[in-house]
Amino acid sequence: MNIFKKMLGDRDIELLIGKQLRTGVVTASCIALLGGIFYLVQQGAASVPDYSHFKGEGAEYTSFRGIFHGVAAGNATEFIQLGVLVLLATPILRIFFSLIAFALEKDRLYVFITTLVLGIILFSMFGGLKI
Amino acid sequence: MNILIFSLILLAGAYVAGLLGSLTGLGGGVILIPLLTLVFHVDIRYAIGVALLASIANSSGAATAYIKEGITNIRLGMFLEIATTAGAVGGALLAIFTPVNTIAILLGVVLIFSAAMTIRKKHEHAEQTGSKLSYLLKLNSSYPTPTGEVSYKLKNVAGGFGIMLIAGVLSGLLGIGSGALKVLAMDSTMRIPFKVSTTTSNFMIGVTAAASAVVYLQRGYIDPGMAFPVVLGVLGGAFTGARLLTFINARTLRIIFCAAITFVALEMIYNGLNHQF
Repeated sequence: MNIFKKMLGDRDIELLIGKQLRTGVVTASCIALLGGIFYLVQQGAASVPDYSHFKGEGAEYTSFRGIFHGVAAGNATEFIQLGVLVLLATPILRIFFSLIAFALEKDRLYVFITTLVLGIILFSMFGGLKI
Repeated sequence: MNILIFSLILLAGAYVAGLLGSLTGLGGGVILIPLLTLVFHVDIRYAIGVALLASIANSSGAATAYIKEGITNIRLGMFLEIATTAGAVGGALLAIFTPVNTIAILLGVVLIFSAAMTIRKKHEHAEQTGSKLSYLLKLNSSYPTPTGEVSYKLKNVAGGFGIMLIAGVLSGLLGIGSGALKVLAMDSTMRIPFKVSTTTSNFMIGVTAAASAVVYLQRGYIDPGMAFPVVLGVLGGAFTGARLLTFINARTLRIIFCAAITFVALEMIYNGLNHQF
């Protein structure tokens, strides 16, 4: 009985993770769609930027600060980048949820493994690897 | 061409990439890069940036259904993500020092390999004896089939972990999910039933892609003007593909598409060798 209960709990957490992933993707797509429509309304008639040569995006599209600043100012492109941020955050948040799930199960080994994965991603985010 | 028309064509192209990726099982990202570079003449770095986004969207969107069915092995996914994320961060670092033409050639090679992988024979047998590590890491599990729950055990965990490290590096370097390599590691090396390895691989792709995408975003590879049509198009295409798969027998289609993709891959390699990127 006890084992059964434990398994049920395990499944619940898995389902929660599944739901969180879908919510994240749906939210990100909605933001990108809205931003995209605004972008097309505002700049749709302009000619296409030259994508055949790589220049790299500026700070307005590549940093939290720049993106939030642009969103507050009502810029469509930064709004799309906000959708990108939500999309990137989705799997990262998933790991975080898994960490909580394993902690609740008192599965020390997997708390350690999950922390390690989360650590690698956070290092990738804030480790100054952009160069 | 103005932005409106470009965005609509890109949306349609991304839709086709998502559809093909889903029907062949290759994933949207890997088809998207040749499409963007060869057809739209987009710089491969921008293509890599948005392809990573497409991989994340695809993986996270599809994972929900598989988790619900209870096929995904979440512990195994998490354990192997140590290898794939570490590899992906390494790959994203390596990308700075790798000439774009080399990246294009590598991508072509991986594409051909992936196409070959999707038409080979699948491993469906569930092993009943596992390696020592598989018990230690609690990786052995079971999954539902039409004839009831089937339990399986894992072989050669260390070998699989090693291949995952390579899959991670390629993913970070080329901006793809490298699902084919992930399945190879689980399917052929750890001897996991095909259904479990496919779904678990898909589950891992989002996290692997996110690990390198955060670096690429900061490096300015992700352009909003391309990001929105690509993400929406690939998601729509993948969704349609998943629906279609339940109606049609994809076996013949898969072989045709894989042949077509091999042709595209050869063009990537050819252009890479001629320094056209």
